[in-house]
Amino acid sequence: MKQIIGEPGIDLSSDSKMDLKLTRNSESFHKPNSSNHNLNSFNQASQYFPNLSPTNFLSRAENLQQNLKTKSTNSFEPNLNSGMATQNPPLDWDPHAMLSNLSFLEQKIHEVQSLVQSIIDQQAEFSSRPSELATRQQLATADLTCIIIQLISTAGSLLPSIKNTLLSNNPALRQLVNPDFNNNLKCEGLIRNFPETARNSEYEDLLRNLDNEADWMKEPNPPLQSDIVDANPIDEHDLKESDDGDAEREHLPPGSYIVLQLEKEEILAPHTHFCVICGKGFKRDANLRMHMRGHGDEYKTPAALAKPSKEPGSDVHPVTRYSCPFAGCKRNKEHKKFQPLKTILCVKNHYKRSHCDKSYTCSRCHAKKFSVIADLKTHEKHCGRDKWQCSCGTTFSRKDKLFGHVALFQGHTPALPMDEVKASGSGQGNDDMTEDLGGYNGNFASEECLTSMDVKGIDESRAYFSPMNFDGFGALDEFGRGGFDLEDNPFAFIPSGFSQRSGDS
Amino acid sequence: MEPEKRMDKRIRVDLNLEQNPISPFESLSEEVLFLILDLLNSNPLDRKSFSLVSRSFYKLESCHRRWLTPLRLDLLPSILTRYSSISHLNLTLCSRLTDVTLASIASLLSSSLRSINLSGSRSYTHKGIECLAEKCFNLEEIDVSIRVDLGDEVAAAIGKMVKMERVNMGRCKKVTDLGIGCIAAGCPNLKLLCVKGCVGVTDLGVKLVAVKCRKLQSLDVSFTMITKKCLPAIMQLPNLEEFCMTGCLGIDNKAFVNLKQGCNSLQALDMSNCEHMTDSGVLSILQKCPNLYHLNLASCSSVNVSILSGLKSMCKLGSIKLDGCKVTASGLKSLSNSCISLKELSLSKCPGVTDEGISVIMAKHKDLVKLDVTCCRYITDESLSAITSSCTSLVSLRMESCTKLSSEGFRLIGQHCPKLEELDLTDNDLDDEGLRSLANCHNLVSLKIGICLRITDNGLIPIGQSCPRLRELDLYRAIGITDKGVSAIADGCPHLEMINMAYCTNISDESLKFLSKCSKLCIVEIRGCLQVSSVGISVIAAGCRLLSKLDVKKCCEVNDAAMFSLARYSHNLCQIHLSYCSVTDAGLLALACLGSLRNVTMLHLSGVSPKGLATALLMCHGLTKVKMHSSFKSSIPRALIEHVESRGCSFHWMYKPFQVDFESSELWKQQSHDLFVE
Repeated sequence: MKQIIGEPGIDLSSDSKMDLKLTRNSESFHKPNSSNHNLNSFNQASQYFPNLSPTNFLSRAENLQQNLKTKSTNSFEPNLNSGMATQNPPLDWDPHAMLSNLSFLEQKIHEVQSLVQSIIDQQAEFSSRPSELATRQQLATADLTCIIIQLISTAGSLLPSIKNTLLSNNPALRQLVNPDFNNNLKCEGLIRNFPETARNSEYEDLLRNLDNEADWMKEPNPPLQSDIVDANPIDEHDLKESDDGDAEREHLPPGSYIVLQLEKEEILAPHTHFCVICGKGFKRDANLRMHMRGHGDEYKTPAALAKPSKEPGSDVHPVTRYSCPFAGCKRNKEHKKFQPLKTILCVKNHYKRSHCDKSYTCSRCHAKKFSVIADLKTHEKHCGRDKWQCSCGTTFSRKDKLFGHVALFQGHTPALPMDEVKASGSGQGNDDMTEDLGGYNGNFASEECLTSMDVKGIDESRAYFSPMNFDGFGALDEFGRGGFDLEDNPFAFIPSGFSQRSGDS
Repeated sequence: MEPEKRMDKRIRVDLNLEQNPISPFESLSEEVLFLILDLLNSNPLDRKSFSLVSRSFYKLESCHRRWLTPLRLDLLPSILTRYSSISHLNLTLCSRLTDVTLASIASLLSSSLRSINLSGSRSYTHKGIECLAEKCFNLEEIDVSIRVDLGDEVAAAIGKMVKMERVNMGRCKKVTDLGIGCIAAGCPNLKLLCVKGCVGVTDLGVKLVAVKCRKLQSLDVSFTMITKKCLPAIMQLPNLEEFCMTGCLGIDNKAFVNLKQGCNSLQALDMSNCEHMTDSGVLSILQKCPNLYHLNLASCSSVNVSILSGLKSMCKLGSIKLDGCKVTASGLKSLSNSCISLKELSLSKCPGVTDEGISVIMAKHKDLVKLDVTCCRYITDESLSAITSSCTSLVSLRMESCTKLSSEGFRLIGQHCPKLEELDLTDNDLDDEGLRSLANCHNLVSLKIGICLRITDNGLIPIGQSCPRLRELDLYRAIGITDKGVSAIADGCPHLEMINMAYCTNISDESLKFLSKCSKLCIVEIRGCLQVSSVGISVIAAGCRLLSKLDVKKCCEVNDAAMFSLARYSHNLCQIHLSYCSVTDAGLLALACLGSLRNVTMLHLSGVSPKGLATALLMCHGLTKVKMHSSFKSSIPRALIEHVESRGCSFHWMYKPFQVDFESSELWKQQSHDLFVE
């Protein structure tokens, strides 16, 4: 921590404790400044907060700092944005929204206060039950995190027009999303410091009213959790040098990257970007920026509409990988053969595909189910076009896949296309047959006997073809589709995992 | 001779009966009779005679028979109830085979049926095959070739026959990879698969067959779209002996050059007409398939034989076909050096073959058994002397249209090649002296001396006297031959099966009377023999009961009387060419009663009316191919034509002007040679 504090580019002024804390935390957990890629993944990760987009979140943090700067003697290193910030009119925000946000903050702070008080009061009892103490601490931490986020977002609305540039310059909020809860010291630090921050006289007036958004805070578990596998910050040099041969799929030796683990709720949240003004959620920050244009001319400037760009000079950063929160999963960091996920998007898709119900059913075949809607859409594009079918009922979009499947299994044969069989099997074929019978003049000693026999033949042949395709679907599970490990390639939707199966199992 | 022998037997039997009042046949045990039946294979009529001896013989014959090739379907159910243990059924002669028939066959023969041949039969669909698959679970061999309209369903039905070993699907053009995949997945014991001309079959299907059917011994993928992708899988088949890929244009050098593993078991490889194959590919095959014996490179125009020199004497090749390839003397030299155990060599239509090349080959390969130098127009007597002096054990020699050879050379053949069984000297300058010397080849089975205008009876008579094994004789346009020569052949060659006397204008009814003694005669061509009349045809019909093909085109004297005789005696007649004959409606109707008739060509029949023709077409159930003059097309009711077509007959409407007189054979030969030079 100490090393980081001393890093150049951050002016540690004693005047703003808040500033210091934010900076310290951010630097400790996200040493290199965010590239675009990291920023995006971060946005995905913090979806747990239904109303707070990480982007805005960050921007609010920036704004908050900006705000602080304007009010305090403290200032950051000479910054392009500071000029812009000062140019903005001070009352460019919706005071009603601000008020409601502040009320919520106030209520939240009171809750935390009482919680911490109870911890102090019952300290003697907790000594005998350390687990309960830990729970309480976690609760407090969660509440505090929430407060910080809300506080920053509230403050951020004060100076919305400069958010983009600020955002790119200062990833202050990183640490809020990924505090190390395993580290008790840090937790305590947070608990100790945040109330102070909140009680900062300059914000007292902002926390007057309660907000009605409190329901999402009532989660018993801490909403955010992250881990740093290696407690010590990794030296860039070490990172490059450390190639111990135990390479992962992408040849990253374990320990050479930071592992983050998001909670289930974060992963499953529908939106990750939220409008600070109206609270509307978005999946992409670009969409949010487009939306923001409706809130005033200041959002229409090229700077406001520009994509948050990477801060120059901060291109070196630790490799970040993600862990699945599902215990026992190969993508979970506790797993023996842990294989990390590369991006937040991978996390989302992996978690939905592997650990969630498949709630989207194909409207065409009513057989295939998906948990990721994109997968459904991809499937629907090709559904019905899977004309290559095996006798087991599995369908393939490509003939070579079908033949590979047939070659792999005993007793499986390629099935003829349904329409072809129907056409010749029942309609025309039957006519031929009756014609044959009628036109057959005395070629057989006992025509009757043959007739009956022949009719039987038709029925049998028909019976053979028709149920085949219906039975087939039932037989699908037999090949263990559910058990396929699709994690290796979360982006590739694999309609049938036969080709993958041998490799994974 | 034959009828006399039969009389002898009968008398002997009668004598026996007098000595012993109890039938002598009762004393023969079943085993003995079965052994006798085992040996009665040469003539189908023998079995018939056997079964007519007594009730018990009839019964025994019914039990013993395993093979059946019915001519007509009418009596099939009753035949099958009599012969209940038929295991091999050949239905190729029954053109109109429906699913109903197949269903009845399946239920009557059920488990005893092991092999069924449906090649060329029409009207049946996949449902008939499914009936077979259901009931005949011992079926090991099926031939559904030449059914252009049959699709994957048939293949899928075959795929349900678990014991299936041999499948022929040649020219089932609608069969695709799916059908082949069904066979591959369903027939693990498959040993032979022919998908020749199945244009829908690609690498995927063939690959699956190679993966699934590890017992495969013979694979024919000719004229399919396969490429090099399926070759590695095929080459890994442990038992593959025969691989045919004629006309696979997707196969090129890379296919074999990049092949990692060759097939050790492969013995025969046919790559004829693979136009993209060149030397390096062939070399690589020979290196990777060490046990290859037969190699066919016919029409691989870009293959140069000299590349074989790289092989040294590693090569086990015994038979090589280089028809139409670029062959040079040096190439033949390297071939003779590398293929030390060569037994059969075909160099037909190789323009580069010269005396030098032939001499080089002959010097090295003294045990050559078969040689084909058809259309090698530059070889002379020198080659022939080289061939005859070294290869004394030659069995087959084909040298059609080697125009530079003289009678001197042919004499050498007669002197030095006594083992010759097959000799083709068509379109050569053969004279009587040369032909006479060929009489030394006592083992001759097939002799083709067509378009040898100089030969006469004087040359042919010695052949008839000294070649008793002769079965095939081609005297096409041998204008010097008269009745005398033919009588010598008829007397000396009782096994004669085929004789072609087309345009031998000196032939008359007498010749046919002599030939009627050859009871095995089944193919007679007397096209353009103007002296032949109905009398001769009637005698042939009565004497040669096995007659199956008859060509009497331009025999103007042949009239209804001949047709009546044919209708009465020739129940095996399946092909007849009647153009320019004096046949009328009556004769045609009589002919139409022959159930076996399948192929009729009748152009310019002046005595035939459209009505008579229509009736004949309607009566003749077995017809598959009819050639008629296009003027009849309008006069025969359309519905009738459609009806006949629906029975499986195809019409070929010819438009040829009526030819009044014919050019002489000399003129014809000159014209055809001029045509070649041009």
